[in-house]
Amino acid sequence: MAQFETVIGLEVHAQLDTDSKIFATSAVASGDNPNSHTDPVTLGLPGCLPVLNKRVVDFAIKAGLATNCSIEKESVFARKHYHYPDLPKGYQISQYDKPICLGGYLDVKTDEGVKKIGITRIHLEEDAGKSTHLETEDSSLVDLNRAGIPLVEIVSEPDMRTPQEAGAYMRQLRQIVKYLGICDGDMEKGNLRCDVNVSVRPVGQEEFGTKVEVKNVNSFRFVERAIEYEQQRQIAQIEQGEEIVQETRLWDEQRGSTKPMRSKEFAEDYRYFPDPDLPPVIVDELWVKKVKESLPELPDQVIARFKDIYQLEEYQAERLTEEKIVANYFDKAVSRHNNPPVIANWICTELFGRLNKEGIEFEECPVSPAYLAELVELIDKNVISGKIAKTVFDEMFQSGQDASSIVEKQGLKQITDTGEIENVVSEILAANPEQVEELKSGKEKVLGFFVGQVMKATKGKANPQMVNELIKKLTNG
Amino acid sequence: MEALTKLSAAKMREGLVSGEFSAVELTEAHLNQIERSGAELNDFNSICNNEANEAAKIADKKLKEEKENCPTLTGIPVAVKDMLLTKGIRTTCSSKMLENFIPPYSATVVEKIEQNGGIVIGKTNHDEFGMGASSEHSIFGPVKNPWDHQRVPGGSSGGSAVAVAAGHAPLALSTDTGGSIRQPASFTGVVGLKPTYGRVSRYGVIAFASSLDQVGPHARTVDDTAILLEAISGRDEKDSTSIDLEVPSYFSNLQTAKKESLKGLRVGLPKEYFVDGLEADVEASIREAAKVLEEEGAELVDISLPHTSAALPVYYIIAPAEASSNLARYDGVRYGHRAENLKSLGELYERSRSEGFGDEVQRRILIGSYVLSAGYFDAFYNKALQVRTLIIDDFKSAFQNSCDVILAPVCPSTAFKIGELSNSPLKMYLQDVLTTPASLAGLPGISVPYSLDSKGLPIGVQLLAPHFGEEILLKVAERIERKASFDNTKFCKE
Repeated sequence: MAQFETVIGLEVHAQLDTDSKIFATSAVASGDNPNSHTDPVTLGLPGCLPVLNKRVVDFAIKAGLATNCSIEKESVFARKHYHYPDLPKGYQISQYDKPICLGGYLDVKTDEGVKKIGITRIHLEEDAGKSTHLETEDSSLVDLNRAGIPLVEIVSEPDMRTPQEAGAYMRQLRQIVKYLGICDGDMEKGNLRCDVNVSVRPVGQEEFGTKVEVKNVNSFRFVERAIEYEQQRQIAQIEQGEEIVQETRLWDEQRGSTKPMRSKEFAEDYRYFPDPDLPPVIVDELWVKKVKESLPELPDQVIARFKDIYQLEEYQAERLTEEKIVANYFDKAVSRHNNPPVIANWICTELFGRLNKEGIEFEECPVSPAYLAELVELIDKNVISGKIAKTVFDEMFQSGQDASSIVEKQGLKQITDTGEIENVVSEILAANPEQVEELKSGKEKVLGFFVGQVMKATKGKANPQMVNELIKKLTNG
Repeated sequence: MEALTKLSAAKMREGLVSGEFSAVELTEAHLNQIERSGAELNDFNSICNNEANEAAKIADKKLKEEKENCPTLTGIPVAVKDMLLTKGIRTTCSSKMLENFIPPYSATVVEKIEQNGGIVIGKTNHDEFGMGASSEHSIFGPVKNPWDHQRVPGGSSGGSAVAVAAGHAPLALSTDTGGSIRQPASFTGVVGLKPTYGRVSRYGVIAFASSLDQVGPHARTVDDTAILLEAISGRDEKDSTSIDLEVPSYFSNLQTAKKESLKGLRVGLPKEYFVDGLEADVEASIREAAKVLEEEGAELVDISLPHTSAALPVYYIIAPAEASSNLARYDGVRYGHRAENLKSLGELYERSRSEGFGDEVQRRILIGSYVLSAGYFDAFYNKALQVRTLIIDDFKSAFQNSCDVILAPVCPSTAFKIGELSNSPLKMYLQDVLTTPASLAGLPGISVPYSLDSKGLPIGVQLLAPHFGEEILLKVAERIERKASFDNTKFCKE
């Protein structure tokens, strides 16, 4: 039986986070009343004309630069025709044979190391509206708030070979657009979506197998599962001697499978042609330079900085940079109190753990970076012990209060007054003469018993090191 | 006193400022004239009685207060082609598809008319979506030519040309895609100017073919043409294809130009425009007009625009291609005609569009969809774009090497009979043979009335200039106008 290889390419649509639409003045906003963000252009009224929002071009250039693409001097908007009620003009304005970015790549981290995934092109286009099909009535509802929202489509080369690679590529792309601040990356809301092209071929064969496009894949997990499903389906079909049909399939998340949507024979003829209402987009070197200068730090650069300057371990640097918001949090905390490794530890263990347990998004994190930094500072200054710090952290998480206030209010300050601790130690030694003898005779284990007793009596606030020393001193005397 | 409806807009301006007559009187005179001959000529789809009267009252108040400081069009009626959106006033595009469409916004040019104090008196009839050369293809029926009611006024902007010729308005806004301003001007004995592509905003103009459409004036005099052109020109942020170039004082510059000789001006006569099928009377008239310019000091030069014969086929690929796309939005979903008793979404589209569009519009949508389809795109659309470049180069080289303006016939014939070409789309398309080249090249062109043919029908002379050469067009056209052999205000008062 032949061994098969899977060939995967991704088309990722990212909704751009601009204030207004790509060709109209209406706001880009979701969750408002249907059709409240519309205007003559968005509605496709007779006589209206599109005017390009320059911010959108800035965003596309950012995406291009971050993925090592060349930024084209001249790109052209084209009309893509099809009829659907949520497409007001009967055509979508997109870019066809002259996209704004060409020929880039991403170094994707996979389990087998770093792999270079080619990026064919990035082009700009407008989104369509949203249709809601009513089951109880014989009609559908159309909301055009989304119509005209700017999108970039990032098309990869067919360079991926496993579902995991595709997932890793997608994750990295999402991370980049979020770092660039051009897209919120919210896949659940459809602000980042993905069409997957999958084909299989016998290992060693040069030419590609017939590809199938899977649409509607809107989570990382589904990207991987849809590919897994497709490779099995296609291999099984080939092994049964059947031909793969070039078609568009739809991912069905309920069933975990794909189903045919339309085959190539019935593929629509989009009748692309250059939009005569929009002059070509001319991007000169100065424009590219300006955008380049405004580029934020990208994930790889942040990881390098965390490792070099903050002396973090690779895995920790990676965890802290997965989300830009976490990296920013970490940076802020470190700027408040300069103990990067310990702060990193607190974030990766306590903070992540707690957020995860409570099911809270990082965006909603109740502990501010300054407060977390302060907590670590209190430990470093011996104001509280590491153990007490966990109690303080719990309280901070629940109340949102700062560490000092909690320590103050609950009297959690570590006791570092030698006299005060000595009194407690003396009392305890006096109350346990047998154990004192044992300790004196060399039974080191008993030391732990005394420390425990002292800590219990001081509600954990005594400085453990001092307690140790005092017990030794008083029993040796 | 001469009838108010016979006056030029420039004279109206004088009378309004001096207080000789009021804007209310002027508006009433025009509404009365519409009342007299409008129904027969069928040049209006909608008449804005109330709106016009109200606007006239406001204009009078303004005139009283500000006199000559009022904007140039204050109190002057303007007819507007029904392809231009007018906020709150039904805009039909002469189509069943938009029969009841009341726009929520106005075209930039309409706003400019209003800012200049002009009074929108009504919406003029035309070929549905601007597709035609006779103004017969309208759900409101054919427009008639005042010179002979059996004949067409040309198209597509026939209603606007007739409104001006019949004294229903001194000025009209029209659109020209392949000759839709110039040919009706010629057929009805008025002036029509198609500005340089990008000179005037297209925002709010119902699109036929976006790379060709341009709004321009119809008027009875060259002076008035300059006044209206000046009012509507200029860059519009809402139209990315409008050009940011200062608008000259067309009217006052023209007054200066009137005193200058034409010495040194080279007038090109393209041999390809004097071809078989050109009526003898038309040719004679054009050659005579050329003589007029020669007598004024201009030099006549024979030139060649070798790709002229390709213009018509190129036009009839590019214009329908763009139209098929522009008209895709009329789907019966959000506005416009929607078929009844529907069973599916497909049926909604098919029946709404079949019922809503007339035959000629459907023909062009089909042609356009065909030339843009995957297998034919390169053979037709792309090829047409390449040839379009050759046509542009023809003009470029003529203007660089040989001449300053081009003089040519507007159309091979004078006005034809209603119904005469209805059964032959091809013959109808041939009406555009001499106007489409300049459209494809985006050049400004004017049709100025000069003489009558043996049937007593007007003949216009076409002048073309390089991009943004509107001033020279107006200057030269005015010389021809001076020697015109007929009175084009004949039908302005019955």
